[in-house]
Amino acid sequence: MNNFPGKGGIIFTLVLAMCLRIVPLPNELAAINPDWVLLALIYWTLAIPERVGIFHAWAFGLLVDVLTGRLLGQYALAYSLVIYLCLSLHRRLRQFPLPQQGLFIFFCLLLSQLLLFVIKNLQQPGEFPASFWLPVFTGTFCWPLVYTVLRFIRRSRIFR
Amino acid sequence: MPRDIAIKLLFATGPSINTRLLVAVIASVALLSTDHQNPRLDDVRSALSFLTDPLKYLVGFPSVLLDQASDAVSSYSTLRAENEKLRDEQTINKTRLLKFDSLEKENIRLRALLENSFKLGEQVLIAELVSINMAPFEHIVVVNKGTRFGVYPQQPVLDANGVVGQVFRALPFTAEIMLITDPSHAIPVQVNRNGLLTIAVGSGKHNQLNLPYLPANADIKPGDLLITSGLGGTFPAGYPVAVVDEFDAAGSKSFVGITATPKALLDRNRELLIVWGNKEPVQLLKNQIPDSKPPTSDKNE
Repeated sequence: MNNFPGKGGIIFTLVLAMCLRIVPLPNELAAINPDWVLLALIYWTLAIPERVGIFHAWAFGLLVDVLTGRLLGQYALAYSLVIYLCLSLHRRLRQFPLPQQGLFIFFCLLLSQLLLFVIKNLQQPGEFPASFWLPVFTGTFCWPLVYTVLRFIRRSRIFR
Repeated sequence: MPRDIAIKLLFATGPSINTRLLVAVIASVALLSTDHQNPRLDDVRSALSFLTDPLKYLVGFPSVLLDQASDAVSSYSTLRAENEKLRDEQTINKTRLLKFDSLEKENIRLRALLENSFKLGEQVLIAELVSINMAPFEHIVVVNKGTRFGVYPQQPVLDANGVVGQVFRALPFTAEIMLITDPSHAIPVQVNRNGLLTIAVGSGKHNQLNLPYLPANADIKPGDLLITSGLGGTFPAGYPVAVVDEFDAAGSKSFVGITATPKALLDRNRELLIVWGNKEPVQLLKNQIPDSKPPTSDKNE
């Protein structure tokens, strides 16, 4: 049984995630908009680690840097580190029940946000509102949704 | 997929993930440190923006569609009322402008008498907002004009009511504009009533600027209009920026807490004006004065 979607499917979901990232929202919602691109990358890494790896994460991180007007390289760095974690642990993670997987996702998102926080502070020290950390929590809550939708796309025959 | 290829993929040789991570980290850190220090990477960013800018337009498209749809379905009477209102406004503005020419010339003559150089005549370009949300804690908006239209960083941006901000980064098809309310933005202003100079710093809240650099005995009152002072060279002088909010003048505390409300409709406008000021101040020579034409009028649009 061949469970690999084509490259088209993977790229389509990542582009969709990038669109969700910049979708216009009211201020309160924008503050908790999770990092969809990272969630999608984590899913594809856990699902097909032979296909999606650190360099993919790095390239999409760079695109997110340009998309959101950050310093070049900060999302690239955060994404490649998180995907490295996923790659080295993916065999164990597949056996985990959903709550434990959720804990791991939470840790990944936290690591990414922490790196962004450090880089931002190095660039321009300043105060951060506590809501800076909220996307980590909303991202964790959105994980089951991302997991279900992307698994459906992976198994559907549209993108073969 | 044939089985042997799948197995090959499963035991993919090539660099181990540790090596890959090392390469990725080194590349990221190199990019970060280069991008932080100098604008050498702007070309890279511009090239990559050819991939990302279509996404910005794509995401911003529904709100454009919504606008057009609401225009299409708005009733005849609404349109007529709006039309009438606009025509009235235009009449008033035209009447105001009648005296503007003569005042401008008078100003030139007076400045010439003072042997003062001055800046006059600005070109503007109308840019439309691309409604996307880049970063929740920064007040940065994206417009649909970029370096293709000659937009450059640090260019002032206005709307019909006042100063909006400045171009933060110009890409080929879009430009990022930092609003004056961004916490890392500061704009040199003066009080229109008495010329008191100060700096208005973004508060991070929409519709609020802070005035932290005022001495305790400064002559400033609620309702004072703040205009750009032209110091610093980014913003041309004389454009309205904000109105000073109410504050407790009776208290003998220092004026640390003074705030102001921006004149521009920062969160409601869809159309912004990008301004080209004259880089060089116009030096008035004596033989130019009798000439009735101001030296920069050909640059006015």
